[in-house]
Amino acid sequence: MENLGLLADGLAAALTPVNLLYAAVGVLLGTFVGVLPGIGPAMAIALLLPVTFGLEPTQAFIMFAGLYYGGMYGGSTTSILLNTPGESASVMTALEGNLMARAGRGAQALATAAIGSFVAGTIGTLLVAMFAPALADVAVEIGAPSYFALMVLALVMTTTVLGASPLRGFLSLFVGLTIGLVGLDLNTGQPRLTFGVTQLTDRLDIVVVAVGIFALGEALWVAAHLRRKPARVVPVGQPWLGRDDWRRSWKPWLRGTAYGFPFGALPAGGAELPTFLSYVTERRLARRTRRGAKGREAALRTDEFGKGAIEGVAGPEAANNASAAGMLVPMLALGLPVTATASVMLSALQGYGIQPGPQLMTDHADMVWTLLASLLVGNLLLLVLNLPLAPLWAKLLRIPRPQLYAGIIFFACLGAYATNLDPFDIGLLLLFGLLGLAMRRFGLPVLPLILGVILGPLMETKLREALTISGGDPAILWSEPLAIAIYAVLLLVLASRPLLSRWRARAEAQTVDGTDDDTDGRADGDGERAAAGTEGDQR
Amino acid sequence: MTHEVEQQPAAGWVVVAWTPDEFGQAALEHAVAAAGEKGRGVAVVNGTRGDAYVDERYAAPDRLADVTERLRATGLPHVVRQEMGRDVAEQVLDVAAELDARLVVVGLRHRSPVGKLLMGSVAQRILLTATCPVLAVKPGSQPA
Repeated sequence: MENLGLLADGLAAALTPVNLLYAAVGVLLGTFVGVLPGIGPAMAIALLLPVTFGLEPTQAFIMFAGLYYGGMYGGSTTSILLNTPGESASVMTALEGNLMARAGRGAQALATAAIGSFVAGTIGTLLVAMFAPALADVAVEIGAPSYFALMVLALVMTTTVLGASPLRGFLSLFVGLTIGLVGLDLNTGQPRLTFGVTQLTDRLDIVVVAVGIFALGEALWVAAHLRRKPARVVPVGQPWLGRDDWRRSWKPWLRGTAYGFPFGALPAGGAELPTFLSYVTERRLARRTRRGAKGREAALRTDEFGKGAIEGVAGPEAANNASAAGMLVPMLALGLPVTATASVMLSALQGYGIQPGPQLMTDHADMVWTLLASLLVGNLLLLVLNLPLAPLWAKLLRIPRPQLYAGIIFFACLGAYATNLDPFDIGLLLLFGLLGLAMRRFGLPVLPLILGVILGPLMETKLREALTISGGDPAILWSEPLAIAIYAVLLLVLASRPLLSRWRARAEAQTVDGTDDDTDGRADGDGERAAAGTEGDQR
Repeated sequence: MTHEVEQQPAAGWVVVAWTPDEFGQAALEHAVAAAGEKGRGVAVVNGTRGDAYVDERYAAPDRLADVTERLRATGLPHVVRQEMGRDVAEQVLDVAAELDARLVVVGLRHRSPVGKLLMGSVAQRILLTATCPVLAVKPGSQPA
């Protein structure tokens, strides 16, 4: 229970007016970027990186944490009102949520999403506070070979489990790893892939890469598809829940949390799978209630799935947020990011000269606990601020894209220039922007690339470390029991992948059958890109 | 998107810049009145720049059906179009040029100083650029 004491200290630090202000700014900005499809928390944090270098790391991270949770929340608003899920994790929410909104129950859908996010986020954050320190204690003992194996696991899992095509995933991953190689070799001091350009010897700035891929790439993509038929937004009032809605929501919230957290904490994170599982579970349970129809009440709630069932919003939304919290476990305890947002946050840590890894929990305990506490605070702020503001957020969708993206490009260039005050970086930014555009065009997921850029150098350090110890004998890589276990898990996952995808395809086919024909409509526009895995996992 | 073209009116067309709100409603009523006097056709244009995720001035299919219904009730020749392009005023004027319109009707909306600073006015551009007479109306005014 020592952890809870530390968390309480963190809470005291998080509740200072200045920190509270940063949390509020983060939450509002996060919701803003979450509501707008195509812009996610990863892009927002990347854009903010240069701005926050003037802040204390703790304050910057409080803001990022708020942004992250806010982005999750905002995404659900768009899915429900517009049926254009801003990110792959919201696809399941959109399914029932939009149907609810069209059936005139949008207010309840928004409310159950918001309160479910709050419940899941709070439980998830508390679980992080329990597990992360314990894991970090163990992780300090992990040798270089096992660490290397862990990173290989994270990279391969995120590349193959998420997204539509493993081939595209690996393509993107290797491009990322290559970008991570640019610069001086840390051991020998030889320049690699610098093409004789002096600015490149100092390694590529992650801000430039992330902003280029996320912000400029998206802006160019949007510019190429500027005019699209406007979507119909379902008008909605103040979110609220009736007593019956509460009764139907709370179990899916908890079940969703139970699905989401472990999946988020695994190095194969991502909310896609748990949200899907949660949706399928809730639907099955709803059907079972109907079959067992005992009395009028049970008959009443029969299977609204396909017509807008509140369970189908409550469960996936909770799973989404719980997995968002779960992702903090590997990030804080191991220094392993598993989502795009986590990797950008990690690079922010590096920007402050803080080495991510198991030592983080002990060396920067203050910061970590304040961060966790501010996540709790941010979560509460989200609920308090956003329930009344929901109709206002929907208005954001009327911002014309040219104005919006002009602002984004402005901040992108400013950020890229501010890192080194060198116009060369603007050129690099444009280059990565074009790469980002090409990736979106050819359906390559963005997440493996960013993970490759950030984990690549870390992985190389561990690999070289291990090989130095063994004198160049690669056998050391599988010399530790943990490393062997990890590789075994990896093989198992790869072997079961065809089975998994077949099962998913079957369940998804059922999902489509079971629902209104309108759900196919989400294949237009943004949904199409999410389906192709182009959007990657932008959180 | 052409919804319905009925017989070509001998006396030419009245083009309405229509939006699914009170301004569009006023413009439509004035256009119907003006067209009815001279036996002209009514061409309804509903445009969007299509550069935002949501544009509430772009009518949903059921609102378009309502308008078509309203026009059918008048017995005048009519056409209802939805357009998407760089500039809504241009879309209206293009249709006016194409149909060789005798009159363009627009609804005028009150704009805030900040709104005037940030956004252009469709009505103003139509007034300044149209080659035919333009009738600018406000909600609440009755056709004479």
